[in-house]
Amino acid sequence: MRYRGGAIAIRLASGFVLAFLYIPLAVVFLYAFNGSVAQGWPPKDFTTKWFSLAWSDPTMREALANSVKIGLAASFVAVVLGSLAAFAMHRFRFFGRETVSFALVLPIALPGIVTGMALRSAMSTTGVTFSIWTIMIGHATFCVVVVFNNVIARLRRTSGSIVEASMDLGADGWQTFRFVTLPSISTALVAGALLAFALSFDEIIVTNFLSGAETTLPKWIFNAIRLPHNRPVANAVALIVILLSVIPVYLAQRLANQGEVDRTPTVR
Amino acid sequence: MSQETIGSGSSRTGLTRRASGYLNVHPKVRLALTLGIPLLWIGVIYLGSLGLLFVNGFWRVDVLTSRITHDWGLQNFHTLWTSKVYRTVTIRTAGLATAVAITDVLLAFPLAYYAARIARPKVRAAILVAVVLPLWSSYLVKSYAWVTMTSPNGLIDSLSRALGFPSLHIGTTQWAMWLAYAYLWLPFVVLPVYAALERIPESYLEASSDLGGRSWMTFRRVVWPMAIPGVVAGSIFAFSLTLGDYILPIILGNTKLIGNVIYDNVGVANNLPLAAAFALVPVAVIGVYLFLARRLGAFEAL
Repeated sequence: MRYRGGAIAIRLASGFVLAFLYIPLAVVFLYAFNGSVAQGWPPKDFTTKWFSLAWSDPTMREALANSVKIGLAASFVAVVLGSLAAFAMHRFRFFGRETVSFALVLPIALPGIVTGMALRSAMSTTGVTFSIWTIMIGHATFCVVVVFNNVIARLRRTSGSIVEASMDLGADGWQTFRFVTLPSISTALVAGALLAFALSFDEIIVTNFLSGAETTLPKWIFNAIRLPHNRPVANAVALIVILLSVIPVYLAQRLANQGEVDRTPTVR
Repeated sequence: MSQETIGSGSSRTGLTRRASGYLNVHPKVRLALTLGIPLLWIGVIYLGSLGLLFVNGFWRVDVLTSRITHDWGLQNFHTLWTSKVYRTVTIRTAGLATAVAITDVLLAFPLAYYAARIARPKVRAAILVAVVLPLWSSYLVKSYAWVTMTSPNGLIDSLSRALGFPSLHIGTTQWAMWLAYAYLWLPFVVLPVYAALERIPESYLEASSDLGGRSWMTFRRVVWPMAIPGVVAGSIFAFSLTLGDYILPIILGNTKLIGNVIYDNVGVANNLPLAAAFALVPVAVIGVYLFLARRLGAFEAL
């Protein structure tokens, strides 16, 4: 009730920003069904033929398979490394702690082109051959911080007293971790993994520097939209990618909400 | 400062129990075990690569064999410094990145504030999903949506004509790139700003209004100072993502950014050392930005 006038203005602005976020997506949605190859506004007639065309394209299927493999492997590595780092940084105060947190943020804080160029220079200097694994290494490197951020944020919000209570009641370090710490951070782990997968699945800036002939879904789309006659198919593929992402994000949100409800009210 | 109590002294044995006990009294071993692996990955693969990038910037490509020769020298930096083209590209890129970061903070703040402080829990959850969802949809296609929207007969021109304005013709200009970048990175800015605003205790706002602070005063003295870490963190994302992109200029617009020059030198021009040297320019730019951000305490909110 404090800012009634302000609240209305903020509400309006929020609506405007949400519209800004969704209009381009709606445009993609619309053009995926566009009957003509020319993309004028508004689209005149509608068709679903681009979807069957996309699915029957073997290069698209190969790109999709590669992207899924890379995304799964990269988010697995990121979950392991990111949560280990989060535990260490949350529990310990040590010399160089600030530097470590700085180093973890660096791969995502530095512009993508720098990360891509750095890894490319390293691979060219050491003579590594490109494969989907070189792409995976690159993706995992910048995904670590995403998991790290999620886990450490949750650890900070989780009350330290439940860990102390567990130890006081005779649980050892492993039991405390397994039955107290892990359940309280599990949703943060899942959310971090989902974000890491999303980041990898969509990545092209670093990928271009770390791949030879291997395609990923973004690389496939990138090539397709530069050839005007392939654009409708690219729109169709994009629409499927967008739709497929609704389910995991919805699940992640529900998981995170459960965590919120269970949270002890005494957290800082 | 480990928070747990000293080992419970129980007589139960077993490997995990003994290991736990050992780790409990040897926190340094535990620190090494938990931090060692991630540090090794980031340290060797990432920082090592950055080191090699730096070194590559001092090498050059042999004109005859077009292979990299390890002759150390400043020739790449000399080229970048003296050539007017490279300087123009650098200034253009940094300017665009700054404009995008400011635009995104202005757009993100009201939405984040609404979600964090005004909306009911269900609406808040819905807004967060709505913000996160575009992150999941292909960045390329979102960029491409702006090609269609800004093209001569596209949505923006139609809208502006319908409102009685002339056609804007912003397709392939830097205005289109500015809009598209602001759009692309907006969720990355909303989330940290939201996180910072959510953390402000309600009692602070009550205290401020009890002490006679009007809305604007409360905002300026309480909300904004506490939101700064989130704002800075978000602006780092927007700034850095723009600085490191070369995809959008290829699909939308025909202006080259730093990224395009680097990418062309890796691919078409096959001059990895010059590309490496130019890649150090955004490192320097973002380094200054990060240094300032760290002094403002932004990393706690990332």
